[in-house]
Amino acid sequence: MKYLALIYAAPNAGPAHGTPEFGEFMGGYMAATQRYKADNVLIAGEGLKATSTATTVRVRNGKTETMDGPFAETKETLGGFYLLDCANLDEAIKYAAMIPSAKFGCVEIRPVMEY
Amino acid sequence: MNPPLDASTQAINGIVRNNWGRLLASLIGTLRDFQLAEDSLQDALESALDHWRRSGLPRSPAGWLLQTARRKAIDRIRRHRNFERKAAEYAALIEMEQENPEPPEEQTIPDERLRLIFTCCHPALEEKTRIALTLRTLGGLTTREIARAFLDREDAMAQRLVRAKQKIADAGIPYEIPGAAALPERTASVLGVLYLIFNEGYASTSGDTQIRRSLCDEAIRLTQILYDLRRGEPEIMGLLALMLLHDSRRDARSNASGNLVPLEDQNRALWHADKIASGIQLIEKALGLGAPGPFQIQAAISAVHAEAASIRETRWQEIVGLYDELLRIQPNPVVRLNRAVALSFAGAADAAFAELDRLKSDLAGYQPYHAAMADCLRRAGHLPEAVSSYETAIGLSTNPAERAFLTSRLSAIAN
Repeated sequence: MKYLALIYAAPNAGPAHGTPEFGEFMGGYMAATQRYKADNVLIAGEGLKATSTATTVRVRNGKTETMDGPFAETKETLGGFYLLDCANLDEAIKYAAMIPSAKFGCVEIRPVMEY
Repeated sequence: MNPPLDASTQAINGIVRNNWGRLLASLIGTLRDFQLAEDSLQDALESALDHWRRSGLPRSPAGWLLQTARRKAIDRIRRHRNFERKAAEYAALIEMEQENPEPPEEQTIPDERLRLIFTCCHPALEEKTRIALTLRTLGGLTTREIARAFLDREDAMAQRLVRAKQKIADAGIPYEIPGAAALPERTASVLGVLYLIFNEGYASTSGDTQIRRSLCDEAIRLTQILYDLRRGEPEIMGLLALMLLHDSRRDARSNASGNLVPLEDQNRALWHADKIASGIQLIEKALGLGAPGPFQIQAAISAVHAEAASIRETRWQEIVGLYDELLRIQPNPVVRLNRAVALSFAGAADAAFAELDRLKSDLAGYQPYHAAMADCLRRAGHLPEAVSSYETAIGLSTNPAERAFLTSRLSAIAN
């Protein structure tokens, strides 16, 4: 089954840029990605730019409405994702727990719909 | 010649109830579909009621039920709109049927209940759902019985169970015993669910007495099954011992008018000696394994009470020591509150009051804190302060039996 791991954290919750902790944090992401590749579960994974760069689009009555900002204003924002191909939820939980941001934010796991 | 077997509805329901979890576990293993397995077993139960009442019990009732449930599953899959998608399952079932025309012998049915209990108690399910699903699938309780136990509407409980089965299927919650890395945490989740089932029957004072007792019995039965399947796990032994020791007091805990009787006023002659003996034997064996955990320590505390002839003759110092150990594993204010009460009985009233004062800000809105404070004050002879604490406790109480008990205590000291 495919699972989307959505990574949420408060913008300033993680280690600050330029600190040794930040290096460790990024190293954690590289290690996780390497592990996913080695275990042959990685389909895709990306980090996202800050929500200050977000644009929300709606189409109403055929008209495109564009708004500055993310869809929902929340304390913890979507910061990145992994799309993983796992045998079951337990495996998905195991891999999601390797995501460094899970230590201060959280990771929502959603099974991908099959048609 | 076998003696004629009792094939009354009651006897048949008893057989089904005793075999429900095991048969369902086996069916889910074959069908990989909780809902289909449950529906097919329900169909088989209806056939059994019809056939067995007419022609008596078959040689292997459990085997008969399993075979019939598999055949019912084939019928259901055949009728299903998505037959194509289920074709693989269907082929495996047909093959199973062709190879085994006779119903399986009872002892040849593999016991897969461990997989079932880990799936039902998966932390990806809401806690109440875990409890309901465990009672339904392993315990074989009906949706109506579970709803009544939780004072829920039956349709709401049915909805909850349907959603749970859907999540298991859609989110890919596996039907397996977790791997070594996740096993301790997942076992703790299973034990937590079993203890909640027990406490729902034991601690709650609302609802039907009969239902509450059957919840305690069911929790003990399920923990016994878990213990049989994973012998030598000290926390499983600890939980089983704890339940047996608590349950040994079931007849002494309330009086004829249904009011709560506290430990110190209980008629200890009403305690069940056999349950105490089994509980103590189990906890001693568990502690001997040298891996103490919260359930084992709580069982050890309960065992000290069980061995005492009266509240005065209780080895309170030992209980305080056990609470110290529990605090190291579970440092929380409720354990500290229980330890403070033990201190007050151990003759260390000053230390007890000092600790109760320190807990005040954490537990200000917690009814048992004020009830415990009131009781310590009453026993120490500080009656005006005790009155005020009883009043606070009564104000916070949401449980009629508890409120009645506190009110009777209050009026006893007010006179």
